[in-house]
Amino acid sequence: MTAPTLQNTCGRLDAAWEVLRQIPDPEVPAISLCELGIVRDLRETAGGLEVVLTPTYSGCPATELIQDDVRAALSAFGEVSIIMQRAPAWTSDWISAEGRDKLRAYGIVPPGPAAGSAGQPIRLVHRAAMTQLACPRCGSLQTEKLAAFGSTPCKALYRCLACAEPFEYFKPI
Amino acid sequence: MSEASIKVGHQPAVQYLLRIGDSCLILGQRLGEWCGHAPVLEEDLALSNMALDLIGQARALLTHAGELDGQGHDEDQLAFLRDERQYLNPVLMELPNGFEASHDFAFTQWRNFAVSTWLLLLYRRLQHSSDAGLAAIAAKAVKEAAYQQQHAADWVVRLGDGTPESAARMQTALQQLWPYFNELFDADAVDAAAVAQGLGPAWSELLPEWQAHLAEVLSDAGLTLPKASAFMSSGKRGIHSEHMGHLLAELQYLQRAFPGGRW
Repeated sequence: MTAPTLQNTCGRLDAAWEVLRQIPDPEVPAISLCELGIVRDLRETAGGLEVVLTPTYSGCPATELIQDDVRAALSAFGEVSIIMQRAPAWTSDWISAEGRDKLRAYGIVPPGPAAGSAGQPIRLVHRAAMTQLACPRCGSLQTEKLAAFGSTPCKALYRCLACAEPFEYFKPI
Repeated sequence: MSEASIKVGHQPAVQYLLRIGDSCLILGQRLGEWCGHAPVLEEDLALSNMALDLIGQARALLTHAGELDGQGHDEDQLAFLRDERQYLNPVLMELPNGFEASHDFAFTQWRNFAVSTWLLLLYRRLQHSSDAGLAAIAAKAVKEAAYQQQHAADWVVRLGDGTPESAARMQTALQQLWPYFNELFDADAVDAAAVAQGLGPAWSELLPEWQAHLAEVLSDAGLTLPKASAFMSSGKRGIHSEHMGHLLAELQYLQRAFPGGRW
C-alpha cells in the first residue's frame, strides 16, 4: 500500500477511511470491519486519529485483536486512540448490502432482520417454523439447523439436505 | 498487578453491579467446565459460547463496578484478586454442574434456563438505568440472554418431554436447584438504594414474570413445579457455599501463582 498523503485535513481523513475499509474482520475475513458495521466514527485529534468501534458480542474474543489491527493499519497517521462505544448496541442489521453479498459468496448466509429481541415477548415453545434459509452453495430451501451455536459466537450451524453441504448462518441480533 | 487480595467498597451501587457481574463471571466459569464433556459436540460449542457471552458481560460489569468503586481496580483485579467473601453472586451460580455427577446435563440446562430468564428480565429493566454505562451494557447483553434462554428452554422441553429417564433426571434437577432460586428474588437495602437512584430494579420485582416464563416451559415439558422452599442462601452478602472456594482456587490460580502475569 502506498503511504497515504497527510496534507490537508479532509484528504487525511479520506485516506484514513480508505485504509480502514481494507481491514478484514479477523474471524470472518471475507468482509471488512466497515462492512460488518462496527466502525462508528473516525475523527482527527491533535496528534493523530481517534477511531470509535463497537463490539458485536459482549464476549467476542476478537475484540482486542480488532483493536490491534486498526491501530497497526493506521499507524502512519500518528497516535491512534480507540474508543469502544457500546450504545446504541450493534445489531446485525448494520452489516452493509455489500457485506451481505460477500458473506453469501463466502458460504455464510447473511442474517435476516434482527427481531428486536430486547422488547418483544419471547416465544419459548410452539414456535412457528423457523425461516427457511437458502443454501449458499446450491440455493435449495431444503435446509435444517444443526446447532444454535457455531464456530464463533455470531454464527449458527446449518446443513443443506439437497447438496449435503454444511453451512453457517450469521445470527440476527 | 499486586499479589495482595483486594477489597471492594460498600457503596450500594458497587454492590448491586458486582452481584450481577459476579453472577456472570461465576456461572461463566462453571459453563466453561463443560468444554470437552458435553454429550454432543454441538452442545460442547454451545456451552462454551454461552460461557464466553457471560464472561464478556462480566468483564463489562466488573470494569464499570471498578470505576464506580473508585479504587482503581480493573476487571482483572476484581475477577482474580478478591477473596471469597468479596464475591457477591447468588450461591446458585457457584453450584457445581451437578450434585450426583460432576457433569449433569439436565441440571446445567435447568440452571441455564432459570438464570438466563432472570438475566433477560433484569437486563431489559437495566436498559433504562439512570447510569448510562450500565444501560449500554444491558442493551447489548439482553440479546445474548434471550438467545441463551431460547436454547435452554429447548433442552428443558426436549428432556422433560423425552424418555422416562430424561424426564426423571430433569425433574430431579428441578428439585435440587429449586431452593437456590429464592436468593434471586430476595431484595434488600442494596436493591432499595438501586431503586432510589434509578440504577435498576429491586430483584424481587422480577419474580412474577420469571414465574410466568417457567410455568410456560414446564407445562410444555410435562414437569411439575416443586413445592416452595424456605431455604435462603446468602451469596449476595458474600457468604458462600463450600463449592465457592474450590471454584476460586481454579479461577484465580494463575494470577495468584504468577502475580501480574499477562499474555
